Amino acid sequence: MDKQRRKFLKIAGASVIAGIGAPAIIKLSASPALASGGHAAPAAGHAPAAAAHGGPTEEAPKGVRLGMVIDTRKMNADQGLLDNAIRACIDAHNIPEIPSKKSEIKWLWKAPFENVFTDASGYHGSKKITENDFAVLCNHCDDPPCVKACPTQATFKVASTGIVAMDFHRCIGCRFCMAACPYGARSFNWQDPRPYIKKYNKEFPSRMKGVVEKCNFCAERLALGQEPACVESCKGTDAIVFGDLNDPKSEIRAVLDKEFTIQRKPTLGTKPSVFYIV
Amino acid sequence: MYNKGTIIPGLIIFVLFVTFPIWFNGLTTAGDLPKPELPPGGEKQCVASAEYMRANHMQLLNEWRDDVLRDGNREILEIDGKKYPKGLQTACMACHSQKEKFCDSCHTYAAVDPYCWDCHLTPNETASKEATH
Repeated sequence: MDKQRRKFLKIAGASVIAGIGAPAIIKLSASPALASGGHAAPAAGHAPAAAAHGGPTEEAPKGVRLGMVIDTRKMNADQGLLDNAIRACIDAHNIPEIPSKKSEIKWLWKAPFENVFTDASGYHGSKKITENDFAVLCNHCDDPPCVKACPTQATFKVASTGIVAMDFHRCIGCRFCMAACPYGARSFNWQDPRPYIKKYNKEFPSRMKGVVEKCNFCAERLALGQEPACVESCKGTDAIVFGDLNDPKSEIRAVLDKEFTIQRKPTLGTKPSVFYIV
Repeated sequence: MYNKGTIIPGLIIFVLFVTFPIWFNGLTTAGDLPKPELPPGGEKQCVASAEYMRANHMQLLNEWRDDVLRDGNREILEIDGKKYPKGLQTACMACHSQKEKFCDSCHTYAAVDPYCWDCHLTPNETASKEATH
């Protein structure tokens, strides 16, 4: 009995020492491999990231990047243009017209200069700035903060067009994207929107309570070879020019080359795809 | 047997109660198979066979949704000369215009409540808003 107890204590003691010592040994022997693996990964990961951040000149992303130039001179000369564009947008996308400011749904809307170009000074601004409203919509940024904020990838960047799209099926209504968007381009459905939709477009769905929505650059119309509804409503006036920012031969590039344009809040680095001629 | 008078009626009541779903369905119309109404326009052709659609229309709709929204693949399907722009409202409801008589008949029978129509509009619904405006 005594002997057995002695044996048991020996084995137990050895096991405890082995138990304490083993992790240390494993750590020692494994650490060089881990360390080398750890070094290799950031080395590979950092190079493209650094390139993406670029130097002082902004590197534009490759491929089709749909964008828009809004000529506010033409819009201001004929206020009906913008009203028609907003109406076309509402009709195309079954957008509810909710009177309450708190719950209104906006895809394309009007705002005063100081709200649109918050980092431009309105001090001693011209009459055209103080008296007119400006068209605002989702900027379809190249580096969209809303996409980073979305926990379900309900909002995402379409690689082939550069459109910041939404998959309403996936939206859980957390509104992180609304907090992330510096342009206020997103609206939340606080209530069932259907009673507030005046006229239905049978080709497009409505939304439900608890879903965020915004301008989709009329992706469904582009697929059919049509222009976005707002662009079409201004046809002939060139008040809104739509096209591929990366195509040097496109109409939009011709306008951008010729005119001085500004973007909303360019200092934030979101690289908006909507340009304004003021 | 003791208490014959209560045990036998009790057993009869118990059996009747347990087999309630069987005889209730047999005696009433609750168990009749649903008869979804075919398209009012008389279309006989769909994007896939009736058997496939009956079993897998939900997967097909999910695939279409991902194609159209996420992958930007909005290519219009063409089957036997008829064009189907992928989408519940654009393809399905173009023929099956009576959601209440087609979709609902089976969904009600199977006690499933798909949330498609929380957002998607049925032809009857769109017609209601066009008339009032």
